[in-house]
Amino acid sequence: MINWKALGQLIYVRMREYSREPEVLFWAFIFPLLLSSGLGIAFRDRAPDKAYAAVIRSDGAPAVVAALRASGFVQAELLDETEARRALRRGKVSLILRLTGGAGGYEYQFDPLRPDGKLARTMVDQVLQQAAGRTDKVPTRDAIFSEPGARYIDFLIPGLIGMNLMSGGMWGVGFTIAEMKVKKLLKRLIATPMRPTDFLLSIMASRLIFMFIEVGTLLIFGALAFGMKIRAPLLEVLAIGGLGALTFGSMGLLVAARAERIESVMGRMNVIMMPMFVFSGVFFSAERFPAATQPLIKALPLTALNDSLRAAINEGTPWAGLAVPLLILAGWGIISFAVAVKRFRWV
Amino acid sequence: MTIAIRCQDLRKRYDNKVDAVSGIDLEVGVSQCFGLLGPNGAGKTTTVEILEGLLEPTSGEVEVLGRRWREPGAHLRERLGITLQETRFSEKLTVRETLRLFKSFYRKSQDLTQVLDSVSLIDKATTLVAKLSGGQKQRLAVACALVGSPEILFLDEPTTGLDPQSRRQVWDIVRRFQTQGGTVLLTTHYMDEAERLCDQVAIVDHGKVIARGSPRALIHSLGGDHVVEFSVAANAAGELDQARMLAIPSAIQCRREGELHQLTVREAHVAIPALLELLRRDHYELSSLTTRHASLEDVFVNLTGRHLRDD
Repeated sequence: MINWKALGQLIYVRMREYSREPEVLFWAFIFPLLLSSGLGIAFRDRAPDKAYAAVIRSDGAPAVVAALRASGFVQAELLDETEARRALRRGKVSLILRLTGGAGGYEYQFDPLRPDGKLARTMVDQVLQQAAGRTDKVPTRDAIFSEPGARYIDFLIPGLIGMNLMSGGMWGVGFTIAEMKVKKLLKRLIATPMRPTDFLLSIMASRLIFMFIEVGTLLIFGALAFGMKIRAPLLEVLAIGGLGALTFGSMGLLVAARAERIESVMGRMNVIMMPMFVFSGVFFSAERFPAATQPLIKALPLTALNDSLRAAINEGTPWAGLAVPLLILAGWGIISFAVAVKRFRWV
Repeated sequence: MTIAIRCQDLRKRYDNKVDAVSGIDLEVGVSQCFGLLGPNGAGKTTTVEILEGLLEPTSGEVEVLGRRWREPGAHLRERLGITLQETRFSEKLTVRETLRLFKSFYRKSQDLTQVLDSVSLIDKATTLVAKLSGGQKQRLAVACALVGSPEILFLDEPTTGLDPQSRRQVWDIVRRFQTQGGTVLLTTHYMDEAERLCDQVAIVDHGKVIARGSPRALIHSLGGDHVVEFSVAANAAGELDQARMLAIPSAIQCRREGELHQLTVREAHVAIPALLELLRRDHYELSSLTTRHASLEDVFVNLTGRHLRDD
């Protein structure tokens, strides 16, 4: 039988403590937003560059410039010969175009070792040849393919949500309990009629409440700032987040179950989290590690969480398709919780 | 006398090495204030924590309010208020929030404002714990123990490290609880605290009770209520003879600590003239002389040859 009044108070004071801890709020909520905006802007997808060409001033040159610009592929400008050479040297343009003789011929000046030079030559030549009436012998058609959710920001945000749930769960539960233990507050609480279950429930319930805020902020931010699309039902994404929050909360509980000193808890926590930061595909895909290590990497709880979140958010994979990673995640949670409760020392 | 707390042959051994408690028997009557007095490391905290049900004894019987800790349905926690030797409450909560949390655990509890008023923290209700002084924190700890309307109040070193005024405030709260019919069990290494608050004390040393009784009776057991302390100038010829000192009328006991001689006497007005006469005759030059009432400290020194506190 739950003492709801006590449970409510226990959750309330946890929220209160957090709200008066500006640093915790910064790391939990503001920092992931800053990180995702920074990385999102740095790695944003840009339209391919145009070719930059200088056309040397002569009688027919302005018309050629106009034709090149009209194509949309070439940024052309009219320059004197010396200005044009300087522009080429400085990389401002990749190609110099000179009109030769009366037959409407052209001369291209460029450095064949510079990729942009060759690209500019091809593009300018094509525009000019087509303008002169060249027709293609074989019909071709461009089919534009852009995979949904394939941008870096789409990859990054679920990874950051996963990372946040891991550190929030481990620190939020492990550190808090270790601190309460060192301060003898746990012992004082257990000296009251408080039910131990109510206490553990309040810890986990607080984690879930914070999960909503953490996941919600990042998703809303991704949608508003980067036009990210959430393809699975929101309930599914939140349920995966909830499972992640509970699993890492249980792991935090396990780490602190027998803690005597805060330092030892911090050390153990870092040992557990550090490999997952690297291997579990937060900032880049975990698939890049050698194939032999993949089964091991896939068995990590953060990999399972990140994979599930990405599949749900970016591809709209339904529950059934996520059975394996979700079971791995739940397995870590259940085992950690069971061992933690068994090993837990209040005094 | 109805018994509130009883323990028999209580023993606690940590990790098969040290005996923290080696055979303690106690009986505390309802609405008594009982003190466990002893130096640091005597086993006082281990004893109360066993009585509070926070530690398992290695052997021995404990009964609190007629119930045993493992007895199902005893609901003992509902009926006890506890302050530990050291609890640091969450610094990010206010006084009222902390107290409200503790109140929520009890089925029967007191009004928050009333409790805050009784420990003189009503003005600090909305203050963060981080901003409280040591004395205020200790009063908050006592408030958290009182909020569940306990029948027994356990206080482990309630005034250690507090200034004299804060100590007196805590004493007032304890005395008020006791006059309302509450039972108190406290540990302390301050003899004045035990003398002022406790009806009964047990002096504990090395995990054993070495003396018990009311503070007055224990002091009385020294045989004399006064202690004459004096020292003589260093140029004196030879040592003062202990046997001749004890021959002074009404002298009970003679002790020496460094330069200071301590003579426990029944009647100061008889002993002091005789002492002065003896010193004059033997050509000792007196460099200091004071008298004071005998205290529990003297009882402890008399029993162990050591002081309660090292400082």
